[in-house]
Amino acid sequence: MAYSSDSPTLSPHRRVVVSGAGVISPMGRDYHENAAGFREGRSAFRPVTLFDVSRQRVGTAGQADVPERCDRVTARDWRRMDRGSRLAFLAAREAMADAGLSGGRMPLVIGTSAAAMPIGEEYYKQALVSRESRARQFARVETYQAQRQMTAMARLLGIDGPLRIVSNACASGANAIGQAFHLVRSGRADCVLAGGYDALCQLVFAGFDTLQALSVSGIPRPFDAARDGLALGEGAGFVVVESAASAKARGARVIAEILGYGAATDVHHLTQPHPDGDAALATMQAACAMAGLAPEQIDHINSHGTGTPLNDVAEGRAIQRWAGDAVGAVKVSSTKSAIGHLLGGAGAVESVICLMTLDGQWLPASLNVRQADEVCTFDLVREPREARVSRALTNSFGFGGANATLIFGKEGGE
Amino acid sequence: MSMAVSITGTGAVSSAGWGVAAMMNALESAKHPQPTTIERMLDGRGVSTHVLRVPTEGASVPKFSRLRRSSPISKFAAAAVAEALGETRTQRVAAGELRVGVIFTLLNGCVNYSNRFFGEVLTDPAMASPILFPETVFNAPSSHLSAMLGSRAPNDSLISDASGFLTGIDLAIEWLERGDVDGCLVVCSEEIDWLSAEGLLLYSRDHLPSEGAAAVYLEKSEGPVRVLRLPDPVSHAFHDRVEAATMLRKDLAAEDDGETWLIDSRSGIAKADAPEDAAWADWRGVKWSPKMLLGESMGASGGLQCVAAVEAVRKGLCRNAVVAIGGGNQQAAGMTIGG
Repeated sequence: MAYSSDSPTLSPHRRVVVSGAGVISPMGRDYHENAAGFREGRSAFRPVTLFDVSRQRVGTAGQADVPERCDRVTARDWRRMDRGSRLAFLAAREAMADAGLSGGRMPLVIGTSAAAMPIGEEYYKQALVSRESRARQFARVETYQAQRQMTAMARLLGIDGPLRIVSNACASGANAIGQAFHLVRSGRADCVLAGGYDALCQLVFAGFDTLQALSVSGIPRPFDAARDGLALGEGAGFVVVESAASAKARGARVIAEILGYGAATDVHHLTQPHPDGDAALATMQAACAMAGLAPEQIDHINSHGTGTPLNDVAEGRAIQRWAGDAVGAVKVSSTKSAIGHLLGGAGAVESVICLMTLDGQWLPASLNVRQADEVCTFDLVREPREARVSRALTNSFGFGGANATLIFGKEGGE
Repeated sequence: MSMAVSITGTGAVSSAGWGVAAMMNALESAKHPQPTTIERMLDGRGVSTHVLRVPTEGASVPKFSRLRRSSPISKFAAAAVAEALGETRTQRVAAGELRVGVIFTLLNGCVNYSNRFFGEVLTDPAMASPILFPETVFNAPSSHLSAMLGSRAPNDSLISDASGFLTGIDLAIEWLERGDVDGCLVVCSEEIDWLSAEGLLLYSRDHLPSEGAAAVYLEKSEGPVRVLRLPDPVSHAFHDRVEAATMLRKDLAAEDDGETWLIDSRSGIAKADAPEDAAWADWRGVKWSPKMLLGESMGASGGLQCVAAVEAVRKGLCRNAVVAIGGGNQQAAGMTIGG
């Protein structure tokens, strides 16, 4: 991280591993509940109760079960956290505990898209009706800010280090893990806590609804020929990204190795991907090149797979172009079919799901597919299945053209 | 082997006007831009907030289709980027000869459209505009910049307090070091409306809310304005603002040699300035505080400080410059630049 013009250039060739993981999603409150849910092929949508959806076209989403209190966190600290930061804290704390860490000096790289928007919404509503309660409005303005929330989270986790908050829309979580990977790979840091989060909020829910991007039925069907949109969800995923040498030195359990990362920008349109998935292809190729892998060596793709007509066909085209003649053997799932689109948390949660598949040797399903789209010349995984998984790839694409691909490998795999 | 990184382009849009020259004229002449007011009705009474807006005269927004429907934050950023990159480099990017990354740092984001869109949602979600919503996403301005340049190189948006601009420079150096890009633009931009201006005044009624954008272009070279030292920021997680500012000064190891200027983030409000006043109390060299003139432009103010520092070195006003940003609620950060 720190730079000095007379310090030596760092070498970008260190092995990087994941030594801890944590997750909270509509599927469950921790890693094991989520693994069990995806392994069984459960779906986790329910009516939204956090805000008024009575005038929206859609009334369901992947709403997570967030506890009212949190052990080892004071009621005051918990009250000051917005819903998204609570999700982030729970997943981050699980990841740190899983890694056997209790804080210390390390960077944090965190992705979010909506951040503490529900608090901003409250500030706005109050500002429209009265100038009274200056102290309460001040508290809202202050706690609305993501950096304030994440700095408070760092304090609760005992982490004293530089904080980066990446906000690349739906690729934020994947980009955060990718940036952490580079920090460790280059020797700039030995250990980084990285992840992504987002909570449901009215502004964003209504926004996707106005774009007619939400599935009216409330059931997303990624890669189905008659898919009609996505479902929103909320959650957080965090990982401890560490050099293999550091993990070994402290006797940490290694969950997986991070083999490659690619990022690119799609300049086609603010909200629509290039129809042939040019940037998606670029990130998949870049990640594979870094990992030294050919497409046929990837055992599973956890796709971006939102369920919108434009995204799925663009991603499908990218997978076809990337895999070439080997496309028929490429296994693809969209876990958004079970929990929805977690926006800034999506890439991080889906990365943790990749770790589950490597650990458990199974593949999650693309649920709700009745007839697969013709772009699915790959093996669309429609039910959970056991499989040999040594390497898993996850794609994340966002508004504004932020594209990212991460590849994870089973420690000790081929 | 060490790698030299230079800042070879700057751009600015501020309450002093469009362009770096307008800002530097204001700073060098200590000429205060004229405040205006934002008016709104509340409880049947008028609410008036004094602000420093970017003047409409002399606007130099690049012609690009996406910017037509964007709000001021994107237009300010586009103008600053066009100035920092310059015509020749812009043409080289378009021709695919130069890979230029974009790192956009911000605190507030697109408040005008967020305000309008959420107002429409509360009134009647069925009538809320689908055109407004995408512009409310934090990385929309950054996306417009890459599209305007025709650059598929990496593009990241970072949320932070005013110190985030230096986090952006840190990330840019990483990209340059790895060879991900040939050059990198670090950009910050903010716009104000009544909602954000009134929010800022909750911190102190003495603030003068402002807006604007800044951009610097970094590349690997032994140019006249090099990044000399960029220490890790000091987090406010475990250090209060006074302690963080003091630790930062130590980490910067800046020489008070009479030829080095300090470009700090003081705003003229005693309580807000106390940490920096304490940390740099014995600094004998010149201190410049752009916010005292240009107003509090939140996420943009750190970038404007950096541009002022670069220009002070470029113009030979000083040999080296130290940028120190106290930060609001994340971290204190700083950088030393010079020849």
